[in-house]
Amino acid sequence: MKRKSFLEKAAAVPHIVWMILFIVAPLLFVVYFAFTDAAGNFSFSNILNLSNYGEIFLMSVLFAFLATVICLLLGYPLAFFMSRLKPSAQRVFVLLLMLPMWISLLIRTYSLLALLDNGGLLNSLLAKLNLPTVKIVGTPGAVILGMVYDFLPYMVLPIYTTLSKLDIKLFEAAEDLGCNGVQTLFKVALPLSKSGIISGITMVFVPSISTFYISQKLGGGRFDLIGDTIERQFLMNNNKNVGAAISLVMMILILISVAVMNRFGDDDGGELIV
Amino acid sequence: MKVLSKIYMVLVFGMLYAPIVVLVLFSFNRAGSFNNYSEFSFYWYRELFRDSTAIDALKNSLILATLSSVIATVIGTLAAYGISRMRNKYVKTAITSVTNIPMMNPDIVTGVSMMLLFAAASAIPFLNVEMGFGTMLIAHTTFNLPYVILSVLPKFKQMDKHLTEAALDLGCTPAKTFLKVELPFILPGVVSGLMLGFTLSLDDFVISHFVSSSDFKTLPLYVYNQTAHDVKFSMYALCALMVFAILVLMILVNFAGGGEKKPEHRKKRKKARVVGKI
Repeated sequence: MKRKSFLEKAAAVPHIVWMILFIVAPLLFVVYFAFTDAAGNFSFSNILNLSNYGEIFLMSVLFAFLATVICLLLGYPLAFFMSRLKPSAQRVFVLLLMLPMWISLLIRTYSLLALLDNGGLLNSLLAKLNLPTVKIVGTPGAVILGMVYDFLPYMVLPIYTTLSKLDIKLFEAAEDLGCNGVQTLFKVALPLSKSGIISGITMVFVPSISTFYISQKLGGGRFDLIGDTIERQFLMNNNKNVGAAISLVMMILILISVAVMNRFGDDDGGELIV
Repeated sequence: MKVLSKIYMVLVFGMLYAPIVVLVLFSFNRAGSFNNYSEFSFYWYRELFRDSTAIDALKNSLILATLSSVIATVIGTLAAYGISRMRNKYVKTAITSVTNIPMMNPDIVTGVSMMLLFAAASAIPFLNVEMGFGTMLIAHTTFNLPYVILSVLPKFKQMDKHLTEAALDLGCTPAKTFLKVELPFILPGVVSGLMLGFTLSLDDFVISHFVSSSDFKTLPLYVYNQTAHDVKFSMYALCALMVFAILVLMILVNFAGGGEKKPEHRKKRKKARVVGKI
C-alpha cells in the first residue's frame, strides 16, 4: 500500500480541531453547568430540581406528540399520492414541498400569525361577513397548528422518498391477488415505507419538542414549553445551570428516542431517505 | 379515487402556501391592514429601506452568510478529502459522527452550548471574547460544516481512484493532483455545499439568538425583535423579500446540482433540507 502524502494526512486536521473546539467543548460545558451550582461547586441540585418542570416537560411532549401524529396522518396520504404521479409531475411537487422548508421557520410562523391573529386576515374576513370573529392565537390548538404547519414537509419528504423507490409492480401484484385499496395500503405500502415514516417522525418530533418561537408567537406567551423554559433561563433569568440541566435532559431523551427509532427501522436494511 | 387524491393534494399544498401567499400579497397593500386592500404599492418596501437598522441587518446577514459558508466550504472540502483517504474505519466513523452532531441536536441545544462556551471564553482576559460578529461567524460556520461535508464526501466516493493514481504516476504532486484532477470532479458538490451553507446561514434564527449581541443583528433576529409587539407591514415586506431571495437561491442550487446522482445520505434529521441541492 502506498504511503499517504502529507496533504492526505493533514487535510482533515483543521476540521478536527474545529470540531473539538466548537462541537465537543460546548457540549462538555453543558454537562459541566448542569452539574454545578451558580458558584461553580459540584451539585446534583439542578437535576434533582427538574421535577419542578415536570408539567412543562409533559405539556411539551404532549404538544409535540400530537403535532407529530397529525403530520403523519396528513402527510402519509400526500406522500403516497405524490409517489403515484407521473415522474415530471413528481419533480414539480417535490420542489413545491421543498420551498417552504427553505424559508425560515420564523418567517413561516409569522406568516401563519398574519393569517390567524386577532387583527389578521381570517378575522377581518369574518368581520366583513358579519360573522363572529374567532380567537385562535393563544390556544393550545394554535401552537399545535403552528408545529404542523412548520414541520409537515419534513414528514412528507422522507416518506415520499421511500415510497417513490418502491416498485409499482408490488401494488399491481397486491391488487391482482385480491387486495382492495385499504389492504394494499396497510399490507404493502406501510410496511415497506417504515424507514421513511420513522425518519419523518424524528424530523417532526425533535424540532417540535424544542421550539420556543412557535409557542411564543402563536401561543400568545401563554404556553411554556421546554424550549421557552431553556430560552428564559439563559437569556432572562440568567440561571444557566438550570437551563443547562434542562437542555442536557432534553438532549439525552431525544438522542435515546432517535437511537431507539433508528434501531426499530433498521431491520429492513436501513437504506434510504432523502 | 383519482379525483379525491387530487383534491387532497390541492388542499394540503394550499394549506402550506396560503399563509406565505397572504403575507406576500398584503406586503404590497398600501393601506397596511388586512381589512381593505387599498392599492398595490411598494410603500412598505420603501418604508423598510428607510429604516437604517433593517439595512444594517441585511448587510450583516449577507456578510455573515458569505463568510461562514466560504470558511465552512474550505474546511469542509479539505476534511472530506482527508476523510475519504482515511484507512482506519473507527477514526472515520468517529469523525463523521461528531461532525453530524449539530444536525442531530435540536438547534436550541447547539445555541445554548455555544453560548456557554463563549461565556466561559470571555472570562479569559487575553482572548477578549465578546458576543457579536465573531461568535456568530464561529457558530454559523460550525452548523454549516456538516452540510458541506455531506455534499462533498459522496463526490470523492464516486470518483475513480485510477484518475488520481494516473496523475500521480505522470508526475503531479499530491497538491497539484488535488487542484487539477480531484477539485474539478468534486466541484458540483462543493458548489452545492457552499450554497446550502449560505442559505442555512441566511435562515438561521435559533442558534444566532443565543450567540448574538444587540450591535450585530441579522435579518431573522431583526424580524424577531420587531414582531415582539406590534404588527408592522414593513416586516411583511421584509419577509416577502426573504421569500423571494430563498426562491432565487433554491432555483440556483437546483440548477447547479441539476441532473446529478443523489449522494447517499444515511438517516439524519434535517437531511431533507439537503435534497434541495440534488
